Amino acid sequence: MSGLILKNGYVYDPLNGIKGEKMDICIENGKIVEEVSDAKVIDCSGKVVMPGGVEIHSHLAGGKVNVGRMLRPEDHLKNVYPKTKLTRAANGYSTPSTFLTGYLYAKLGYTTAFTAALPPLMARHTHEELHDIPMLDKGALTLMGNNWFIMRYLKRGDVELAAAFVAWLLKAVKGYAIKVVNPGGGEAWGWGRDVRSLDDPVPHFDITPREIISGLVKVNEMLALPHSIHLHANNLGRVGNFATTLETMQVPNGTKPARERQVLQLTHAQFHSYGGDSWKNFASEAESIAKAVNSNENVIIDIGQVVFGDTTTMTADGPMEYYLSSLTGLKWANKNIELETSPGVTPFVYSKRSPVSAVQWAVGLELALHINDAWKVLLTTDHPNGAPFFKYPTIIAWLMSSKYREETMKEVHSAAQKNTTLATIDREYDFYEIATITRAGQAKSLGIQETKGHLGVGADADVAVYDINPEEIDPSRDYKLIEEKFARTSYTIKGGEIVVKDGEIVKVVQGKTLYIDARVDESLEREVMRDIDYYFKRFYSVNLANYPVQEVYLTNPTPVQIDATNVR
Amino acid sequence: MQRYTDVICSFCGTLCDDIEVVVEDNKIVDVKHACRIGTAKFLASNDYEHRLLKPMVRKNGKLVEVSLDEAIEEAARILKDATKPLLYGWSSTSCEAHSVGVELAEELGGVIDNTTTVCHGPSVLAIHDAGYISCTLGEVKNRADLIIYWGANPMHGHPRHLSRYSIFPRGYFRERGQQDRELIVIDVRKTDTAKIANKFIKVNYGEDYELISALRKVVNGGELREESVAGVPREEIIALAEKMKNAQFGVLFFGMGLTQSYGRHRNIDNAINLVRDLNAHTKFVIMAMRGHYNVTGFNEVLSWQAGFPYAVDFGRGYAWYNPGETTANDVLQRGECDAALIIASDPVSHFPRKSIEHLARIPFIAIDIHPTPTTQLADVVIPSAIAGIEVEGTAYRMDAVPLRLRKVKEPPEGVLSDVEILRRILARVRGEEALTAKAEVAK
Amino acid sequence: MEITLITGRTVAQGEAMEKGKIGEGFTKACAVIELDPEDMSKLGAYEGDEVRVKTDSGEVVVVAKKSSSAPHPGVAFIPMGPWANVIVGGDTESTGMPPFKGTKAEITLAKGERVLSAAELVAQIYTKDKE
Repeated sequence: MSGLILKNGYVYDPLNGIKGEKMDICIENGKIVEEVSDAKVIDCSGKVVMPGGVEIHSHLAGGKVNVGRMLRPEDHLKNVYPKTKLTRAANGYSTPSTFLTGYLYAKLGYTTAFTAALPPLMARHTHEELHDIPMLDKGALTLMGNNWFIMRYLKRGDVELAAAFVAWLLKAVKGYAIKVVNPGGGEAWGWGRDVRSLDDPVPHFDITPREIISGLVKVNEMLALPHSIHLHANNLGRVGNFATTLETMQVPNGTKPARERQVLQLTHAQFHSYGGDSWKNFASEAESIAKAVNSNENVIIDIGQVVFGDTTTMTADGPMEYYLSSLTGLKWANKNIELETSPGVTPFVYSKRSPVSAVQWAVGLELALHINDAWKVLLTTDHPNGAPFFKYPTIIAWLMSSKYREETMKEVHSAAQKNTTLATIDREYDFYEIATITRAGQAKSLGIQETKGHLGVGADADVAVYDINPEEIDPSRDYKLIEEKFARTSYTIKGGEIVVKDGEIVKVVQGKTLYIDARVDESLEREVMRDIDYYFKRFYSVNLANYPVQEVYLTNPTPVQIDATNVR
Repeated sequence: MQRYTDVICSFCGTLCDDIEVVVEDNKIVDVKHACRIGTAKFLASNDYEHRLLKPMVRKNGKLVEVSLDEAIEEAARILKDATKPLLYGWSSTSCEAHSVGVELAEELGGVIDNTTTVCHGPSVLAIHDAGYISCTLGEVKNRADLIIYWGANPMHGHPRHLSRYSIFPRGYFRERGQQDRELIVIDVRKTDTAKIANKFIKVNYGEDYELISALRKVVNGGELREESVAGVPREEIIALAEKMKNAQFGVLFFGMGLTQSYGRHRNIDNAINLVRDLNAHTKFVIMAMRGHYNVTGFNEVLSWQAGFPYAVDFGRGYAWYNPGETTANDVLQRGECDAALIIASDPVSHFPRKSIEHLARIPFIAIDIHPTPTTQLADVVIPSAIAGIEVEGTAYRMDAVPLRLRKVKEPPEGVLSDVEILRRILARVRGEEALTAKAEVAK
Repeated sequence: MEITLITGRTVAQGEAMEKGKIGEGFTKACAVIELDPEDMSKLGAYEGDEVRVKTDSGEVVVVAKKSSSAPHPGVAFIPMGPWANVIVGGDTESTGMPPFKGTKAEITLAKGERVLSAAELVAQIYTKDKE
């Protein structure tokens, strides 16, 4: 592989503090290097150069996404691409086919993406789909907030055994981080119930959401996992849920992170920042949530921004999907998964004429604009829940232009004006902040910032070049241009290879799959294996020997070694 | 002698994963825990007299043995020469084979469909309309106190379904097993499953839809005025509806008694909505009793790769899906396909005559493990190894839980896996050299 | 006598199928029709008698068997396989699904007539005419 020099671009590299300086980026053997002799030169003058985008929370792959596809054939009559010499036939709007998912991310300049919710029993499926997503390095957040083993250990106060179990589980299912969805609510949904506050006991398990969250925070820091716990809080989407959210943010108070990162990522915070006490007076509480984030060193958020249009909602929060489908009357899919979780899927339309949708749209932007430190904000749509991920350029344009926000505000229900603070905000993001919320911050939160999310020497040569001249374009005014240019890169470079040129795929590559390989103390491992063995024989419907995912399912399997032998 | 444990049975959608197999001199000499059909499948893998061992090509009206290369070459030629080939079967092979199959269909601009088309195709149509309110089988085992089989006869179709997942096993919240549960069977005949049920409800043939509607009416608080519906007396319907509402965790398993009878997808649509109605009162789920061991896996692979679960036509260069038009029987009966590749399936035995009359007329390739009425009519016959016995791979259980199939013995000499055969055909269709080391590494 | 024909899997059919569809076991398991006992006496057929089953799609000779799932007057069952499917109706009514359960059929006695093997049946009904 010969080298590349990206010459003379305006480089935005927040992890290295580079703010639009004109400089060259040298690439050799898939890595960023100091200098390179034998290299192809790409003229980037008049262009923005950023690290490849990093996606921290997107329903990319797995059973739930495929249920969405099976539920909605109509979704695959949209966004249709015939087969070419290079690329596979591809289709789908809110649940794109695996191939299309890879192609579309690459065109946006993204090179790494984590799937938001892997149900352990179905892990093999998630990995089979990830296998068929080209162009990206990948990983999977692993669902644990309703796991029977974990709830039982935490109830007994056996944090060490819980940690040993988490280590075993991540390795067995080739997962990357602890994902918690509606803690306790998923188990309650096994009986058609839910939990509605942090102190509601989980039926039969006599543990509360608060105890599950604080327990898993402890486990996460004990194991010193690269990412923090990744929490989808209770009461998602409910009127007045901001109170629960504020309380949830206090749960890990006093915890010291084992690494240089937050202790808690509150995911798709937009869906958790609602005030009011009925749908009639539904209002934004984004400002209170933002204030709490501003003053809390332990917590960051990703947005979960809404963009108007048709989409498919999907989450491991089964009771929420039932509730939503009862409101809309639309078709509904549900899948309780033994001992682990209970996902659901239902279509949804965010309508500009709906007061609720209008407020939801504003809430996401308010969060991003009221939180002062861009490192505490990550850009997501909770794909496809708020919108498909390929709407990112529109959101970037909104964040960079108060004028664009005003224009949109005129088209949507007046509730966005009346029941939110969005219209009062002048702040506009700059390119440096955009680079922070789309790559640097995401890499840092995931704990992959050594090789991802920056352009310093030693980083993976994942780069996005956008045809934007920051000296000529004024994003505040030229927001349509911003929207257009962020949608198709001039170049996307993955592992040192040009994979996209002028918005078209020019090479199809297979990325790496990251997973956690944490080693715990042997006696602790023996103890946890005894429990696992006992439970599998009695309560699972598959044998323990058939549960772990073999490495053959992963593209370029890349274990992240963790020494947790000091846990005991 | 080698003993294998935790082996997965590749017969039906129950996908039992607790089989023990003993192998001696590459022969399976003992099979433990499997049902009659599963045991037969494992043991039959030894019976080389009744296996396909040599590739064959039809010459002057007769199938004659040829080299594998010649059979692959002829298969590729037939497919390449066709305007619209049909690629059908798939449900008794691995997802890895499905994946190559989808790529081949795309390359050829052909139609790809699997046996869903003749089992739960109507269920898929109903899911498009109504959704799917379901769970994994372990949830049934741990929680269910009311189990209903409707138009399904697992004693025959899924012999260990009852003992592994539904009525007999002890579960976390059902410590006493069968004593903690109730079994109801609804069918047009008093099947062997009905005979062990706590209650059998006999429904008139073709009137399942009416019975479901009557139940929905009662569940939703309506008054049933009819003396009886679908041959079931009013009191019995009201009692059943009450029982469903009062269950802690109810499950409705349904089979081809609903999908293949009068009403087809409408029956399933109504049944899913019944379960949805019940969720306003309690926890209730529904599950299709999928037949072939990996019929579900094909739906999964095709969905994530092409966006649709079955019956996809790549004739336009992209995936086009319109069941009723792009489904195998319709494509055959309209005489639309001009060649076919049949893999791991026997449509000559299992499709209606009207469909097979066309299949017999066009050139087609059959890939299978033993001779069938389909290989009898084929123009190219390629023997394959048995996934789950002679090759590894992935299969999805009826509840979409994916498992890794195991290999316990070597295939007969010279016999390749479905994946390998398909890759070689694909390479020749593309005009690439016969399979190279590079393609080998690709997976 | 007119009946509604339903087809489907049985353990015997599944087992015979996995052992190979060429042998006699397959014929024994699948070339049968399970009739309601009352229908059998109306027809004048005894267990083991050959009967002819005729539909709009064709006809086939199979062996009469007393149903163990009775009573189900007017409904008869043939296990899935070539015997059932040469007489099953074709029309999917644009659903993709042929009427495997619910084809109208006429049954008459055919004592002493030979039940064809799968291979014979296929050879008799389908011709490979090469253009």
